[in-house]
Amino acid sequence: MIIDINFVGLIIASIMASAVPLILASCGELITERSGVLNLGVEGMMIIGAISGFALMTVTGSLIVAVFGAMLAGVLISTIFAFLTQTLITNHVATGLALTIFGIGISAMIGKNFVGIPGKEFPVLFESLKDTIPLISPILFGHSIVFYFAFALPFMTNYFLKKTKIGLIVRAVGDSPESASNQGINVRLVRYACILYGGAMSGLAGSYLSMIYTPQWIENMTGGRGWIALALVVFSTWNPIKILIGAMIFGGLTIIQFHMQAIGVRIPVQFLTALPYIVTIIVLVVISRDSRKIRLSTPSSLGKSFHKDN
Amino acid sequence: MIKIVKRDQPSKAIFFFTPVLAIFLTLVAGGLIFFILGFKPFEALKFFFIIPIADKYGFSELLLKATPLCLIAIGLSFCFKSNNWNIGAEGQLTFGAIVSGGVALLFYEQEGFYILPIVILAGAIGGMLYASIPAILKTYFNTNEILVSLMLVYVSKLILDYLVVGPWSNPEGFNFPETRQFSDSAKLPLLFEGLRIHAGIFLALAAVVISWFVFYKTYLGFQMKVSGFSLKTAKYAGYKGKKMIILVFLISGACAGLAGVGEITGPIGQLHREISPDYGFTAIIVAFLGRLHPVGIIFASLVVAITYLGAETAQIFMQIPKYTGQVFQGMILFFLLASDYLLFFKIKFIGSKK
Repeated sequence: MIIDINFVGLIIASIMASAVPLILASCGELITERSGVLNLGVEGMMIIGAISGFALMTVTGSLIVAVFGAMLAGVLISTIFAFLTQTLITNHVATGLALTIFGIGISAMIGKNFVGIPGKEFPVLFESLKDTIPLISPILFGHSIVFYFAFALPFMTNYFLKKTKIGLIVRAVGDSPESASNQGINVRLVRYACILYGGAMSGLAGSYLSMIYTPQWIENMTGGRGWIALALVVFSTWNPIKILIGAMIFGGLTIIQFHMQAIGVRIPVQFLTALPYIVTIIVLVVISRDSRKIRLSTPSSLGKSFHKDN
Repeated sequence: MIKIVKRDQPSKAIFFFTPVLAIFLTLVAGGLIFFILGFKPFEALKFFFIIPIADKYGFSELLLKATPLCLIAIGLSFCFKSNNWNIGAEGQLTFGAIVSGGVALLFYEQEGFYILPIVILAGAIGGMLYASIPAILKTYFNTNEILVSLMLVYVSKLILDYLVVGPWSNPEGFNFPETRQFSDSAKLPLLFEGLRIHAGIFLALAAVVISWFVFYKTYLGFQMKVSGFSLKTAKYAGYKGKKMIILVFLISGACAGLAGVGEITGPIGQLHREISPDYGFTAIIVAFLGRLHPVGIIFASLVVAITYLGAETAQIFMQIPKYTGQVFQGMILFFLLASDYLLFFKIKFIGSKK
């Protein structure tokens, strides 16, 4: 059997493409969690981003408006979560669940008129270089701008958290809101900002799905990716670089599943589809077994409400 | 001027008042959404909340939908009271249905009084087995139960899908994704001629009574309450934390599994692809709206069940997608959580002093 080296390159590129929404949403959620807030509404925010992007693209015809609109929609819907958890001090878990249920419902309501409409072609960069170097070219060139942004994001997030002053403030708020507050930091404001940022990234991840990855609107099209993104944050032990690795593994599972079906491997399709979820569980178990390591890397105040009395 | 003052103690009266407030606010917001969509708000709300239950058949449908919600929510209240976030009841329902459906198929075309109890028991065991996975992983491997229980929902639905299109599909079924019809002895009896409400409702009522007894009359209930308030206190008091975690998961898995039994052995009488319209997730809202109190959960399950029926009627008469029900469910939980602010804080209106 001859293996075409460009085919290998294409497979790697398709794995990377399916990792994009996971990287975007996980990096956003990572910042939110680093500030001490557990937002389980990623799935809901993603699906809102998906329908907003697709709807704006269809109505306005502008891809830029659509992408930024999807991010704005993510911000708006996460504002509900921020207001409830930060101003009204509600339980993070319950509020996040409500956000997901609400998001899926609202997206289907808006999306009613957009089912079956074909998407638009999204422009790709460096297309002329696509055939220059075997194996490498299909991986590096000919992708959308969101793709490149996603693969830069973990490094930027890492730099932000470790090297910038604001990053330090975010970590301080997540690890010890009391002392951060005593230092004169407005804990609530920082957390609001981190939640809204997470919303924007989830919105972007959703718009990537409906505008670039599979350019169309299907009800419930995020299909649990928001939850896998949440699991990836735990998998990464809150380290953005490791999100990249995790997202590639899950992207790989999704793509391999398609290729195994194409080759005609006689495994029930449902088992292959279930694989990413089962692997997520196994990975979570392996990561969490060392309870000390988890405790050291988890933001100390994660999921706990902070309220300053006065 | 408005001033916000912290209460010395959470207000008990407000504890039971806020669910009512949340429902009211949801109706207002829902009316607003209908208005934006270009419908007359009051008419739309009437279609959503009154028309569906205006006759005998509608009321039976209401109870039919409320039964699984109530049953699952009762189970979940065991978990939530003790600070265990089981959000995978949908998966436990599905797996319970798979196991009980499998047993029911074993008795294909057989009759006997002993079949139904075995089928019901199988469902409870299936749900418990499935719930034990996140419980064991949480207690012995320190794994986050939220994510595990949720991932298992997707897995269970794929198992069901595999079975009904593959090995368990009806040989005479023209490749429809469904199993054979269960024998009559494996079905929960219908209560009234021409209505779909079935004996599963008694399972839900039994769960209500038993849970009330456990919560308020047993040592276990007390332990759960203490663990819910503070895990440290529970540890200090010497409670066996791990045992309790597993126990509450098993109870809630059993309840969800029973709900699954009701869905397949009731009017439908076979396994098929979509056995539950997300009852397992909606029941989370029911549990909170009912304040994790057995009686509260009965009322909450009736209220939330209307959103399912309303969504169906609205789809038929107003061409609004049935997902509108989920919008209402999400809003109820939002407003409930928001109005809980009043539990801990008082809003004082202070007149301008001269």
